[in-house]
Amino acid sequence: MSRLIARAPAEGLTPLDADGTTLIELPMEPITAISPFAGQEKAVNAALKPLGLRFPKPGQSLARGKARILWTGQDQAFLIGVAPPEIPGAALADQSDGWARLRLTGALAEAALARLVPLDLRTGAFPLDATARSLLNHMPLSVTRTGTDSFDLMVFRSMATTAVHELDVAMRSVAARQDGG
Amino acid sequence: MRIPCPLCGPRDLREFSYRGHAVGLDRPAPDAGETAWDEFVYLRENPAGPTQDLWYHEAGCGAWLVVERNTVTHEITGARLASEAAS
Repeated sequence: MSRLIARAPAEGLTPLDADGTTLIELPMEPITAISPFAGQEKAVNAALKPLGLRFPKPGQSLARGKARILWTGQDQAFLIGVAPPEIPGAALADQSDGWARLRLTGALAEAALARLVPLDLRTGAFPLDATARSLLNHMPLSVTRTGTDSFDLMVFRSMATTAVHELDVAMRSVAARQDGG
Repeated sequence: MRIPCPLCGPRDLREFSYRGHAVGLDRPAPDAGETAWDEFVYLRENPAGPTQDLWYHEAGCGAWLVVERNTVTHEITGARLASEAAS
């Protein structure tokens, strides 16, 4: 039988550092897409209750211990970090291997993302635990604010190398302007 | 151009793709007859003023939207979920 070598999506590409703003790849964890059937939101909330979570509203993410649930689209959320419970009122799909998860942290994080993402990601418009589906340049993106200067980014696994490259260029460009100013 | 997505809020045009006039929501019954199908497939109004289009929020929430716009002023006056508009 073939011996397969497990590799993280952005293995060997991170960490990156630009003037103290860093990009790291987050460890691979279980990711489950949860899509409630029509009218089943209460049943889904009941099933998520033991985790201390509920189905998030659009633009919302919730974290409890190791588990995080984030809204990822119309009638869809991703449960990250824990194995999913039985949820009779929803369709579940394992997405664990499908996404690259990156964390951008530092004083230049907002400015770097402003070059790539067509959203206002400043704290006033995008506070702690806010999440959004948008674009990272041309790539479909899920972005969540996880700290005052920290964002968790998710792109399709096949686009990990491009995503890291785009972020690297943006981080270095913003850092270079800091130095010049 | 920005489209006010009912789920995501106002978003940049590049997150959306365009389908056509919202007549697509009023598909005739299979046995509605040649005239109804001919009109549905080929005939479109060309209004000077308010009109409704279908847009897909491809890089956002993945929802189909009915977007109201004015062809004279280019103003976007509203958007709602196609799933709700069709029901």
